[in-house]
Amino acid sequence: MQTFAALKKNLKKDYTGLVPLKLALLGDSATQLLSQALRGAAYDEGFDLQIWEADFGQVERQVFDEGSELYAFEPSIVVIFQSAHKLLGTYNKLKPEAFSLLADNRMDLVGNMYSQLKEKLNARIIYYNYTEINDAVFGSYSNKVASSFPFQLRKLNYRLMEFAAATPDFFVCDLSTIQNQYGKSAIFQSSIYINTEMVLSVDTLPEVAVKTLDIIKALNGRFKKCVILDLDNTTWGGIIGDDGLENIQIGSLGIGKAFSEFQYWVKKLQKRGIIVAVCSKNTERIAKEPFEKHPDMVLRLEDIAVFVANWETKVDNIRHIQSILNIGFDSMVFLDDNPFERNIVRDNIAGITVPELPEDPAEYLEYLYTLNLFETVSYSGEDAERTKQYQVEAQRAVLQKSFGSEDEFLQSLEMVSVVEPFTKFNTPRVAQLSQRSNQFNLRTVRYTEADIESMADNNAYAPFTFTLVDKFGDNGLICIIILKKESADTLFIETWLMSCRVLKRGMEDFTLNTIVNYAKDNGFAYLKGEYIPTPKNEMVKDHFKKLGFREAGSYWQLDVAAHENKKCFIVKKSNND
Amino acid sequence: MTREEILQVISKVFADTLDEDNIVLSESSKADDVEGWDSLTHVQLVVAVEKQFKIRFTAKEIQSWKNVGELIDSINSKL
Repeated sequence: MQTFAALKKNLKKDYTGLVPLKLALLGDSATQLLSQALRGAAYDEGFDLQIWEADFGQVERQVFDEGSELYAFEPSIVVIFQSAHKLLGTYNKLKPEAFSLLADNRMDLVGNMYSQLKEKLNARIIYYNYTEINDAVFGSYSNKVASSFPFQLRKLNYRLMEFAAATPDFFVCDLSTIQNQYGKSAIFQSSIYINTEMVLSVDTLPEVAVKTLDIIKALNGRFKKCVILDLDNTTWGGIIGDDGLENIQIGSLGIGKAFSEFQYWVKKLQKRGIIVAVCSKNTERIAKEPFEKHPDMVLRLEDIAVFVANWETKVDNIRHIQSILNIGFDSMVFLDDNPFERNIVRDNIAGITVPELPEDPAEYLEYLYTLNLFETVSYSGEDAERTKQYQVEAQRAVLQKSFGSEDEFLQSLEMVSVVEPFTKFNTPRVAQLSQRSNQFNLRTVRYTEADIESMADNNAYAPFTFTLVDKFGDNGLICIIILKKESADTLFIETWLMSCRVLKRGMEDFTLNTIVNYAKDNGFAYLKGEYIPTPKNEMVKDHFKKLGFREAGSYWQLDVAAHENKKCFIVKKSNND
Repeated sequence: MTREEILQVISKVFADTLDEDNIVLSESSKADDVEGWDSLTHVQLVVAVEKQFKIRFTAKEIQSWKNVGELIDSINSKL
């Protein structure tokens, strides 16, 4: 973690070429140094974070006054920091009969602020939860007294989670976790607080800034999708090739507990949709043995999307894993106990995250917890299916080799696609896919669930979602096209994105046929497309050209009357069939 | 540690924290005399000096210093 002084030095650096983002910071304590830490930390992540900071104690006024500077600034992110110390100050001044309403009253305020902000701004709200203060008025007995401050504070944190779970554009930044990790004496300094109204110690500011940026990065499509594991002394203790199946440390043998708990953590990540891959210098058959035969192994072969064990370099093997998964190196985490391997991978694969695991495996987990590697801004049921989908992809690759022509192969897959508009059932997945897709994404517009809901009700938009099922399995919802009615004769393709795991299946042609037919049926003459380049979407540079669109200035146009449906092997289905 | 030695150490802490190489402190230096020393950076300076000498100032001390000499008094009383 950088020091505050180092982050502050970033403020003097050159910000040209960084991604600009406007952030409003509203706090009930002094936030000037936090603001500097945020901007400095954002520099390291490639953002030019332009921060407007409210005078302290102005949270409500700025939010509820429609003519306030906050709204004139038009931020895309609003960070609200209402501190536990000010909350305690509020509590102290209440009449005793009102003590037990503290949490509910604060939540009413939070809910009202959120509604007001969303009405005026197209912004995401990040709200810091409350660090714990036990005022020791009741001791542990406060757990039995609803009117006590600790009871109200914990209730408030719980209610914030409930509110966040039900409110798509409201994100809680977990300040309380930072206090748990570093201790109250590290994150709060009384002498500074008494003199300055600052509730965060100088040493904590970088932690808070980075934790906030983790959310901002995820909102901008930057999060981890895959963890790659070394095996010997990372996934289990000992060396399988030397020690043999019975002697590796896992479960109750030696320090096996450390590795078992590590594997449970990886398994939870896998269940929530993080792809798990293995990259090990080993003979494949020997490396797989514990996964198949060891009774104490938590991870099994079916949990591993790509298993690479051979004597090639890890750099080559990780490149190979990347080529199968088709995701960016910057969304991968590589865990290896060997500093030498870590350095080689770090030096040769730009963007990959390689944590400096502690020497003692007993410390792996606590260390990894502090890194908060897997921040996300969405979660849907389909995430858990992802490993299977990648494994199935490997099977398809094997089958493809056995067919003479591509058409024969595609026909054999028996593909069916459900085409639907946005519904309340697919909204979370649609929002998530818009945040995750980087490569096959023509304009890279990111949507929140709230954005999707509002488009679903808006006649100016014609949204399409596509699933793909074949004989090997269900890929789930893998493509989104959003058409905007630009004029009486033209539909503008505001978004066209697709999951890379269904490339080369004829999905591009199938989706084009679908939207062309929609245009014809609804009296439109043209489809208008646009390609906005990003560092990651070069794959679709010629997308419109390949599909027969004509270049028209910086746009692409298709005359739908002249379009003949392209041959494809996907059968269309709608859910009410 | 002599007062002169303490002055040299805090001069370096000030230079690092304020990111200003040309800081020359004397016992009579006040915030107004030093480029970049304001109420905001004061907090950082306090914390940096505390770290350097492995001491903690009281809330009252933090607001009491009128010049660098008085800061040195506080440090001296804790060493």
